[in-house]
Amino acid sequence: MSVLEVRGVTKSFGSLVAVRDVSIAVERGELRAVIGPNGAGKTTFFNLISGFFPPSVGSIVFDGRDITRLAPHRRVALGMARTFQITEIFPELTVAENVRISTEVAAGYRLRPWLGRAAAARVQGRVESLLSLAGLGGKGDRLVGELAHGDQRAAEIAMALALEPRLLLLDEPTAGMGEQETYEIAQLIRRLHRDTKLTIVLIEHDMRVVFHLADRITVLDQGRLLAEGAPDAIAANEAVQAAYLGKAA
Amino acid sequence: MSAVSLPTARRVSYRPLALAAIWLVLLVAPYWMPFVGGYTALGTRILVFGLAAMSLNFLLGFTGVLSFGHAAYFGLGAYGTGLALKFLAPSTPLALILGVLLGAIAGAVLGALIVRRRGVYFAMVTIAFGQVFYFIAFRWHEVTGGDDGLRGFQRQPLHLGLTTIDILSNATAFYYFVLFCFALAVGLMAFLLRSPFGRTLLAIRENERRARFLGIPIELHIWLAFVISCAFIALAGGLDALLNNFANPRELHYSQSGEIVIMAVLGGMRSFWGPLIGAAVFISLEDYLSASAERWSVQIFNWPGHTLDWMFWIGLLFVVVVLLFPRGLLGVLQRGKT
Repeated sequence: MSVLEVRGVTKSFGSLVAVRDVSIAVERGELRAVIGPNGAGKTTFFNLISGFFPPSVGSIVFDGRDITRLAPHRRVALGMARTFQITEIFPELTVAENVRISTEVAAGYRLRPWLGRAAAARVQGRVESLLSLAGLGGKGDRLVGELAHGDQRAAEIAMALALEPRLLLLDEPTAGMGEQETYEIAQLIRRLHRDTKLTIVLIEHDMRVVFHLADRITVLDQGRLLAEGAPDAIAANEAVQAAYLGKAA
Repeated sequence: MSAVSLPTARRVSYRPLALAAIWLVLLVAPYWMPFVGGYTALGTRILVFGLAAMSLNFLLGFTGVLSFGHAAYFGLGAYGTGLALKFLAPSTPLALILGVLLGAIAGAVLGALIVRRRGVYFAMVTIAFGQVFYFIAFRWHEVTGGDDGLRGFQRQPLHLGLTTIDILSNATAFYYFVLFCFALAVGLMAFLLRSPFGRTLLAIRENERRARFLGIPIELHIWLAFVISCAFIALAGGLDALLNNFANPRELHYSQSGEIVIMAVLGGMRSFWGPLIGAAVFISLEDYLSASAERWSVQIFNWPGHTLDWMFWIGLLFVVVVLLFPRGLLGVLQRGKT
């Protein structure tokens, strides 16, 4: 059964059509990569799914429920979490506080003026396990704004995981990273996917990461759905090669 | 701020000591203030405006939203308290509670209209609504006393079961009453800021977009912070009315809002206690300079017959602090310690 179904979605900004009649269906437990040359509409597509703005045409169904016009925080409550191309964190708070806020919101505590001892201990335990899952054990007391780029990204992923999502959207998780950091984040995503069977959709530029991680790949070009399939099929697809080589030439 | 890992643990260990020092200084203020040229009512005024600046900072420093019309809620607290004493019942606590309610309700109604605005627009709309209340206080002569201000009420003795405390003629007793209210309000603010709700406010301050995509309904949380902040600043206004046995329409004017913002920024809006320090400096300078501004003007500029307003000196200090110590006076102290 599909966790996420995007049906014939179009988004235009004035005369610019950023996404044109795109449909995809992501199965439960799948790791889907969305790729495409610059300006292909990948980020707009992500913003439509996460609720930044509604589509001009088309609908989006999450877990069997139409969420086309739902506010972002309601989508989060339904189990959809995302990270951003430019890391979005709370820079002047510690790593643990970042994850803790996320954990408390997920537990429905966001309006609580206090927490009982049991609830506080539960939150604390969850924060610690998320930090170690993201490879940030021992860095909880550091201000997240002072961490290396890769660790900031790991912290952002830990915050998203704290929401206990059924769908995780990662917008270019390795953007702006060096070899080593890229490798570590890719390993983190792989481990998450393997251990938790979490459904993940990611936008990614680094083709090695994409072909290393993805179960299926969706290719966008100039706002249109160009191709979709298993990594091998996409690598052999002539239209895809043309789109990429055309840009490179 | 360096890129090296901050000594968080070390920074925290100073906290109980600093906290004890602050409360000790406040607790014995009526006894040491005369030795440095102060007097008890000045100490009370510092507490009142310290509370006002800390209330504003609940919004500015901890939610990341600048209200430039908070004097309106300060003034509503003052008028609410004064009117309750004058027309309703001779009870100081009841009058204060009604003043706080008036400020909080006005904040709740107007807050709902402005929480969708951001940045400069938020500040502008808060000024505009603030001025509405200013003109009501200024013009509605029959009720508010118009530009003469509200007179004809006095703070009433506190009846505590067995004893009665005279806070009217005993300035020291009134100081401790204000300190009690201050401690209650400030304690509640600190408590809220450490709660899950308080942390969502920090989250909004730090990164609104991230907060939204964690599932926090931003507008609701900013609205709540706004109402809480208005309630606390209305308490400060009510205490100010009790201090002077008088409510002044100028207290609602946007220039008063500006002064409260200056106090918060001067002291350090990223620290909880900074605004109290800012208010102490501001109020003390105001008190000292309005008496001696003329002498200073002559001595420094040698321009007889032209007195520089005390605000000139505050402005000068403000510019220096903002340019050299963006984290405010308390930020300087904190950096000195670590």
